[in-house]
Amino acid sequence: MAAFLIKRLLQAIFVVIAVTLTVAFAIRLTGDPALMLTQGAGSITEADLVKIREGLGLNEPFLVQYFNFLKGIFTLDFGKSFLGGTPVSLLIGKALPATLALAFTSLIVSIVISIPLGIKAATSRGKWADQLIRILSLVGLSFPNFWLATMLVLLFAIAIPLLPPSGMDGFASFVMPAVTMGIILTATNVRLVRTTMLETLRSQYIMVARAKGLSENVVLYKHALRNCAIPLITYFGLQFGGLLGGIVVVERVFNWPGMGTLAFDAVGARDYPVLQAVITVLSLMIIGINLLVDIAYGLVDPRIRTEG
Amino acid sequence: MTQTAPKPLLTVEGLSVEFGASRVIDDLSFSVSRGQTVAVVGESGSGKSVTSLSIMRLADMLGAQFPTGRILFDTANGQADLLRLDQKTMRGIRGKEISMIFQEPMTSLNPVFTIGDQVAEILKLHEGKSNTAALAEAKRLLDMVRLPDAAELLTRYPHQLSGGMRQRVMIAMALACKPKLLIADEPTTALDVTIQAQILNILRDLQKDLGTAIIFITHDMGVVAEMADDVVVMWKGKAVEKGPALEIFDKPTHPYTRTLLSAVPKLGSMTGQDLPKRLPVMVLQDGEPKLAGVERVQDTARYNADPLLSVRDLFVRFDIKKNFFGKATHRVHAVEKVSFDIHPGETLALVGESGSGKSTIGRTIQQLQKATAGNVSFAGRSLAEMGMAERQKLRQDVQYIFQDPFASLDPRKTVGFSIAEPIRTHGLLDNTAEINKTVDALLERVGLTSAHAKRYPHEFSGGQRQRVCIARALASNPKLIIADEALSALDVSIQAQIINLFMDLQQERGLAYLFISHDMAVVEKMSHRVAVLYLGQIMELGYRRQVFETPSHDYTRRLLSAVPIADPRQRKQLAAIEGDIPSPVRAVGNEPVLYAREEIAPGHFVARSA
Repeated sequence: MAAFLIKRLLQAIFVVIAVTLTVAFAIRLTGDPALMLTQGAGSITEADLVKIREGLGLNEPFLVQYFNFLKGIFTLDFGKSFLGGTPVSLLIGKALPATLALAFTSLIVSIVISIPLGIKAATSRGKWADQLIRILSLVGLSFPNFWLATMLVLLFAIAIPLLPPSGMDGFASFVMPAVTMGIILTATNVRLVRTTMLETLRSQYIMVARAKGLSENVVLYKHALRNCAIPLITYFGLQFGGLLGGIVVVERVFNWPGMGTLAFDAVGARDYPVLQAVITVLSLMIIGINLLVDIAYGLVDPRIRTEG
Repeated sequence: MTQTAPKPLLTVEGLSVEFGASRVIDDLSFSVSRGQTVAVVGESGSGKSVTSLSIMRLADMLGAQFPTGRILFDTANGQADLLRLDQKTMRGIRGKEISMIFQEPMTSLNPVFTIGDQVAEILKLHEGKSNTAALAEAKRLLDMVRLPDAAELLTRYPHQLSGGMRQRVMIAMALACKPKLLIADEPTTALDVTIQAQILNILRDLQKDLGTAIIFITHDMGVVAEMADDVVVMWKGKAVEKGPALEIFDKPTHPYTRTLLSAVPKLGSMTGQDLPKRLPVMVLQDGEPKLAGVERVQDTARYNADPLLSVRDLFVRFDIKKNFFGKATHRVHAVEKVSFDIHPGETLALVGESGSGKSTIGRTIQQLQKATAGNVSFAGRSLAEMGMAERQKLRQDVQYIFQDPFASLDPRKTVGFSIAEPIRTHGLLDNTAEINKTVDALLERVGLTSAHAKRYPHEFSGGQRQRVCIARALASNPKLIIADEALSALDVSIQAQIINLFMDLQQERGLAYLFISHDMAVVEKMSHRVAVLYLGQIMELGYRRQVFETPSHDYTRRLLSAVPIADPRQRKQLAAIEGDIPSPVRAVGNEPVLYAREEIAPGHFVARSA
């Protein structure tokens, strides 16, 4: 276990360096923050610009700037935003919980819906229930998330004003963004649950469980589901990573004060410190999730436990 | 059937089972009395497994329909027709009054739950026991099936147990609620003979103690002779013959039963023969059994010639566990200091149980596996001194036939393509017309027709596929064929035909065979010399008569005594060898003892314990 964790830590360091180096380098090719900040400010001389750059620390060579940033990671000091000078860690501290809350809710919505539906589809394979579930999942897959989000807002916030159209304020505000993301996840998850379940149901131990006289619910939800867990956990883990990346669009539509919105604004303003910090935190999150997935493997499957 | 029992426990009457439009069981009737063992025998596709699943009403979940018949069973609430009960009532009977053991012990237990939980589950369900009480009872049951360290086993997971141990857990689970009827569906087929003997003993003893009736589903006539009071012979979904075991074995009346019994290789049937013998096979022709083929002593081995293949002090080891720095900590000692020769035209059998290293030796000779140490030489040339080209040529001279004819043919290529492939690879012929002619001739030689060349593997039966594999092996004109359990997946009637095909090809082409098998009776029939392997070492090596008639190593004797004989008069308390086959896995530094070989008669070698 210790060896495993050390390997993972080294891996994580490598990933963070690779990701942040790419981002830091790429964003510096796209424009000058000093120009962005002074847009429409009237007469700006070259000397003023140099001064602003010095103030932002942009006069240093690229590698020096990058190393300063890396140093900051260890002290949780990501510098100050170019816009308004708020400490970046403060911005992230507000946005990250909002995003995580939304991502978790969506994932849980999707798991709670897709497991029973997927199992139902698998056990009634080829019958009408299976066909219906598969068609619905195809429909769900075909919705672009921005369209679905807009439709929900039009329907449930404007036509029938049930839910708040935007912002994060209490339980009701979670419903629409979580449902938007949840529906799209559910569409793929139902198919995944169905396939792994069909595979598991062919196993001999399922026949043995039935031969014991156990009820179908115990056979399916105790004996079969636990054996489906490995592929499902793997996929849900990957999905959570994808979710953090894909959340930008949904956060924009619902004006959700999360990492997506923060990143979107930072790109627009060439706000290097904020962008670098957002990317670093997100990649750390994804590495962390993968680590949790690996630990979960051992918990659900004793065969993996003894090898570790 | 049995006069002693007034009312049978279970009566199957005129049962038919259909899956969609195909009828797999037709008008089947038989009955089982309390405490009695009825064997249902048949080859693949005879419907014997569907019979057991139908009694359990588990066949419903596979989509079975029961157009006719009744299955009367004496339930706790009086006699009932199981086919008329709903699944809810059946759940109360399954596991409680009728329980079942399946063929594959490796996959019968749920990998993610402990043994204790799985055994306790059925007790909690049917007996309403608390968790603690159920676990205590589970421990008692594990003791009952003679599993050592039962208390410790309760907390183990299935993957930590061997196949034999898992099958005992299955038996413990099946007998947990003291059912009146136990259905055992090929319970020992996947196990080694010594482990099979243990399981059969346990089943028999427990039956005596608990008075359970057993329906024993099997294809193995030896096991039938060992276990059954009554026998039902099934063929193509019908019961073609039924009666007491002695009668069936002594006076089989139905033509199918007669062909089946004549095809069964019987250990000891070749006593007194120096050489293997090709015997005619009985086949069904227009519903009548006919003897096909000739009888011939297989005097093909040329011992005066130089050995075709020499293996000297061969070691093969695999590193399996590594520490943090990638250094091996545990190794499989698959082959340990093995030496033997094969002469042209000779069949040398390598026999042994799982983990004995027999397949590894074959794979090393075929260069599918690197030797750790030792020397393999072919026609006097050592593998070590051969260059790439010569090694490639060797792959032409040595061909390999695998156990599973389903997995060893490419499903997307015609069998003609597969057979032609060695010819093209080795550049033996370059003209397509000639290659096709050769392929046709090979197909005909192995008992198929040239029209088969354009078909795909899924269109063939198991036996036909194995014939295709033989044709493919012959295509490159080899001198040595390594047959690795090549007969094990086949039904006995097909097996008898393939044995004869092997022997005929040997006679015609002077082929040498390295025949790897766990089946002592088949080995007795077709090999000139036999090497008995145990944990990677040869325990005994000699001419067939020496090994089978004067077995001189303890292990050989145990192995032979564990083989069930297809004759109910020779029923014996099978040699009770306790414990599992030891594992060839050892920690690095913990070297096994290498036994010295002693020649006790000319050509008869026995390992001496140090």
